[in-house]
Amino acid sequence: MLKYFATHQREIAALTGEHLWMVGVSMLLAIAIGVPLGILLTRRPQWKTVVLGSNSVIQTIPSLALFGLLLPLPWLGARADRLAIFALTLYALLPIIQNTYVGISGVAAPVREAALAMGLTNKQLLLQVELPLAANVIVAGIRVATVFVIGLATIAAAIGAGGLGEFIFRGLAMVNNNVILAGAIPAALMALVADGLLALLQHRLTRVHQ
Amino acid sequence: MLLGPSGSGKTTTLKLINGLLIATEGEVMVEGRPVRQWEITRLRRHIGYAIQEVGLFPHYTVGKNVALVPRLESWPPYKIQNRVQEVLQMVGLPAAEFAKRYPDELSGGQRQRVGLARALAADPPILLMDEPFGALDPLTRAELQKEFKQLQQRLRKTVVFVTHDVSEALLLGDRIALMESGRLHGIYTPQEFVARPDALVARYLEAFRAAQQIVES
Repeated sequence: MLKYFATHQREIAALTGEHLWMVGVSMLLAIAIGVPLGILLTRRPQWKTVVLGSNSVIQTIPSLALFGLLLPLPWLGARADRLAIFALTLYALLPIIQNTYVGISGVAAPVREAALAMGLTNKQLLLQVELPLAANVIVAGIRVATVFVIGLATIAAAIGAGGLGEFIFRGLAMVNNNVILAGAIPAALMALVADGLLALLQHRLTRVHQ
Repeated sequence: MLLGPSGSGKTTTLKLINGLLIATEGEVMVEGRPVRQWEITRLRRHIGYAIQEVGLFPHYTVGKNVALVPRLESWPPYKIQNRVQEVLQMVGLPAAEFAKRYPDELSGGQRQRVGLARALAADPPILLMDEPFGALDPLTRAELQKEFKQLQQRLRKTVVFVTHDVSEALLLGDRIALMESGRLHGIYTPQEFVARPDALVARYLEAFRAAQQIVES
């Protein structure tokens, strides 16, 4: 196994790079869309069922099927990595929207009431009170989504989007575990490192006082 | 003093004053101006607010909590700092000891003091208080009531105070507004109130005295 790793280190590095790129872009997009959407749900709770419901439906679609179904779409299907990023973003959205919503809703009602009564504007309430207090729950959602998407991104290789899944699919075809592991181990390490870094961030945001 | 049973509209009345609720009918006037015509954040920074649950920001230190309104009003930092020390002193919490602590490192009584200090920080002419001492143990409550009375005699602010406790109303109030199922039943001075002007007031006094008699017998 180590010999295979040694001879293919350049390819492993390149595919790890592709993998990171897909995951990174998807996560940035999912955060950029999911956090504002989660905030919006706290302001317009009547949309909660629709938004969270439709997202849950997306989660239930098997990823391989979603990749395949999106393939014929005009702009999206034109490039495999673009399509993969789109699908991964969809999968990452739910935990982020949900945790943003739950985190902000979890801010105690008297705190919110006092904040308004002290004359905070809605924007100040959000930026100075609600988001700081919800931050660790939001990061927890991002953490779950990141680990999930790193694993899921290996499937993107099936539609030719590259990434560490290349090794896995190649290894499956060749019935060669070494090749599978050349994809699986770096992906697992990536997930562990991402999880650890985000856990660290989450820990820093949770000020524990007894 | 707004006195009355749960659900009689005391808190609602209070929230109509600082625009947390908006009247569907009629007009609430603050300093001769209808609430609707005030810019809402200006109005609220002009009125101190202290509630039973206190509602301190758990991620802010005591000092930063107290500094909230002055900071919103963009006071210069040295002035904010002086004021924080001053009001903390006023409510009996020396800044040197307490300013750097977080709300969850305080006792219930101390939290309530910080809530009062926060409400007083920008020296608002009006103070709204919703059962601020309601969740405290009897000893701490009596202590804070006494201190608040002294403080009020010094500061002479317009205070609208919600309570369901007759003794608190009699102790702290200049005028007692008795509320009953959403309506104002009457307004009395403490002297008028104890003279039992009508049946409802008499019932409050009886309940109050019954408790005293049980203790005495």
